[in-house]
Amino acid sequence: MYKSLAEIVEAEKMSGKSFWQVVLEDDIKEQGITFDEGFAQMKGMYLAMKHADEVYDGELRSASGMVGTDGGRLERARKSGTSICGGFIMKVLEKAVKMGESNACMKRIVAAPTAGSCGVIPAVLISMEEEFGYSEDDITKGLIAAAGIGGVIAQRAFLAGAAGGCQAEIGSASAMAAGAAACLRGADGQQIIQAAAIALKNLLGLACDPVGGLVEVPCVKRNTIGAVGALTAADMALAGVYSRIVPDEVIDAMRSIGIAMPACIKETGSGGLAVTPCARSMMQELEKKKPDTENC
Amino acid sequence: MTLIDIVGPVMVGPSSSHTAGAVRIGLISRRLLGEPVAEAVIYMHGSFAATGKGHGTDRALVAGLLGMKVDDERIPYSFKYAADRGMAFSFHTIELVDAHPNSVKLRLTGVTGKQLEIVAASVGGGQIQICEIDGLTANFAGDYPTLVVHNQDRPGHVMSVTTLLAHRSINIATMQLFRDARGGYAVMVVECDQEIPQEAIDWLRRQEGIIKVTYLSKIGMEDCDV
Repeated sequence: MYKSLAEIVEAEKMSGKSFWQVVLEDDIKEQGITFDEGFAQMKGMYLAMKHADEVYDGELRSASGMVGTDGGRLERARKSGTSICGGFIMKVLEKAVKMGESNACMKRIVAAPTAGSCGVIPAVLISMEEEFGYSEDDITKGLIAAAGIGGVIAQRAFLAGAAGGCQAEIGSASAMAAGAAACLRGADGQQIIQAAAIALKNLLGLACDPVGGLVEVPCVKRNTIGAVGALTAADMALAGVYSRIVPDEVIDAMRSIGIAMPACIKETGSGGLAVTPCARSMMQELEKKKPDTENC
Repeated sequence: MTLIDIVGPVMVGPSSSHTAGAVRIGLISRRLLGEPVAEAVIYMHGSFAATGKGHGTDRALVAGLLGMKVDDERIPYSFKYAADRGMAFSFHTIELVDAHPNSVKLRLTGVTGKQLEIVAASVGGGQIQICEIDGLTANFAGDYPTLVVHNQDRPGHVMSVTTLLAHRSINIATMQLFRDARGGYAVMVVECDQEIPQEAIDWLRRQEGIIKVTYLSKIGMEDCDV
């Protein structure tokens, strides 16, 4: 697995192949499988994302009762045609929230890169398929590019909120989705990693402060900012706007910020939003509830 | 690390460490027991004890003990499946010494009376570590066919195991040795690149000084009780 984004771009230039091809060829060597098998693995992940989006249940609430049903609200708002953001962005928001809610309600999702950030990449990719008519194979190429970017982040920094705060989860997902979106638009490797860098920079420092330590508040809604931020970053890179800090150094900065973060805002549920009076009273209510063993 | 470790796994939410990792702990423990579980006494430590209920860690552990995998949509209803199957379980909290925050201790009894005690940790991204077996240190993730041999701490046991494997062209990936005291109770954890045949495990069980042999096979991981 590549240890820097610069190396992937270098390999792309040397081989004359696409960014996603270079990433996949490196991976199949490590796994000892064929190119087609590797492609099928990643397409399987995309199909699982699409299935999870299709079977969203707007009636469900999480075990704590804190999240659920907002996906339906956003869908109704989108269909009313009165939103500020317009139909495409509303669709992205809706899909990001739906996936985050499905995760909180113990439905089947794809960790991408984590369960808490599972809404970002599908919100971008499924919406782009629906809006612009990309094929599932095209989208799979974008997803491979995203996984390549995530692999570099995993090695240079981290992908877990407990290790580096929410910037490591939603920030990384946003960087990966930005690269995928740029890839779908035919960007070259340099533009792809610029899109990733811009998206990640915009979320540096984000705390992981979930109420009760649960993957619910603010995690579900944070998926929307990761997804929309990915699209704006991709458009910037495609327009020729570049990050003044080179992409690999942006990832290194994410690592150093994550290390410097106090433990109370690294998935311990003991800082930030988790210790607000509002959060404390919700948790006290939850303690009183009888254990729910039958349903989500 | 591969691309499907980054985008993936397909799993039932909400947490890769507190849900998917917990399912895998249950599943690997059940495989180590080597038969369906009749009774499980489960002790939750640290973050598993504190936030486990909200993450479905309890239901995830039971699901794994029943043989469900991380993407099984029946995980939220595992308590009901356990009741139907006649698998008894109980939850307790515990303070383990020097343990990872996401740790659990399992005391399992199988349907024919086999017993096994395991301490395991969910170390992130759905990856797990088996930390203790029957009170002795172990240290493996369950990614390979794994042989765990409990024996009296006497010369020759390591050689008999490695010779046994060499004769069957089984390559050792990693090997660890632990003991409680000189000449006391010892454990050998051997991760292999190939599966070990049943007759070899049976032969090992008959050898003098071998107290217990536990084997984690990667074949038949899809076995499920329900």
